Amino acid sequence: MIATLVQLAAEGGHAEEQNPLIPPGPELLVGTIAFAIVFFFFWKKLLPNINKVLEERHEKIEGGIENAEAMQAEAQSVLEQYKAQLAEARHEAARLRQEAQEQGATLIAEMRAEGQRQREEIVAAGHAQIEADRKAASSALRQDVGTLATTLAGKLVGESLDDHARQSRVIDRFLDELEEKAEATR
Amino acid sequence: MADNGCGFPAPGLHSFLFKPIFTIGGFEFNKIMLLALLSTLVVVTFFTLAFGKAKVVPGKLQLLGEMGYDFVRRGIVYETLGKKEGERFVPLMVSLFFFIWIMNIWSVIPLAQFPVAASIAYPAVLAAIVYLVWVPLTFKRHGFVGGWKNVTGYDPSLGPIKWLVSFIEFFSNLLVRPFTHAVRLFANMFAGHLMLVMFTVASWYLLNSWLIPAAGVSFIMTMGMIVFELFVQAVQAYVFVLLACSYIQGAVSEHH
Repeated sequence: MIATLVQLAAEGGHAEEQNPLIPPGPELLVGTIAFAIVFFFFWKKLLPNINKVLEERHEKIEGGIENAEAMQAEAQSVLEQYKAQLAEARHEAARLRQEAQEQGATLIAEMRAEGQRQREEIVAAGHAQIEADRKAASSALRQDVGTLATTLAGKLVGESLDDHARQSRVIDRFLDELEEKAEATR
Repeated sequence: MADNGCGFPAPGLHSFLFKPIFTIGGFEFNKIMLLALLSTLVVVTFFTLAFGKAKVVPGKLQLLGEMGYDFVRRGIVYETLGKKEGERFVPLMVSLFFFIWIMNIWSVIPLAQFPVAASIAYPAVLAAIVYLVWVPLTFKRHGFVGGWKNVTGYDPSLGPIKWLVSFIEFFSNLLVRPFTHAVRLFANMFAGHLMLVMFTVASWYLLNSWLIPAAGVSFIMTMGMIVFELFVQAVQAYVFVLLACSYIQGAVSEHH
């Protein structure tokens, strides 16, 4: 290969030499055609082709980013919605609990008041009963004591005390004295 | 050239001339033309495979193509012209970059071994195309008078030397610029090829008796030059496109 090159170089020495800065016509023509073909293909076919694809890719990447952003925003809003719902539920639960507490408290208070009232009623009824009994007993006793005492006194003193009015006055006075004594000693 | 005393077939201008492969009428089809057309084939085939059935989720080849495309589109066109102004020049710049790069790469491909851009015709065609884009654009954008002001850098604040400045700017922008644009690419590839041929031929030429170590050194240099050339090829394609963008940028900008 190198041998042929050298031979070519040697042969070239005998060929007529031309100024290397003056372009030969046929080569200008070939160069123009060669470049025109390259340019034509790039201009009309290949670059529009690749530009379309690059554009498409750009859009897809942008679209992908936009999609991701939209999804993230949606997730965020859902999360916030859940949080709000949860907070609301918590609030509601707290409210219910408090309400129940309040209701329970009033219920207890009411029941307590009712119990109090019933107890007081019972106590009052008892008192009244006792008072009535005491009065009845007291009056019965007074009568019996009076009769007994009169009878006894009558037996002792005779008939003089049969007069009822006088008798009754004396007994009462006596009993009052007794009561006064009892109260003074109390 | 071969009779320079020691028989060393030094490379020269003849290394850039090829006998026609075939001739149709008066048209001589040579190796450089073949490589130029192969460059077209390689670029179009690669990007058809990469972008022909482009998918949103790219395969390896599409990913590679996208990296190259993105490098030119964002790295060069948007950087210099901005997205709004630059968008419509993207196809031109992408075509320029990959076409030039592949043309250059033939330099180190076995059997091809010639950078197409080392033949002035190809850089000239491409520079002319760029020239034909930015010059009409200047006048379209600024009108006839404004276009001339833009291209000559007319600036009244410069006082009496404004005419001198305008003359130099006119000369440098409209006449020299397309020439330097083409020659920059051409000369880099031309010199690179010359170096590669020189070391390659020397490796072979020195390959006898006690000169074998020297041949080894030359061979290592060849390998080094190949790596360096791969770098220069890509850089020159980049520079060509970058300059094209900056010319267009100058054409559309308000202040020159």
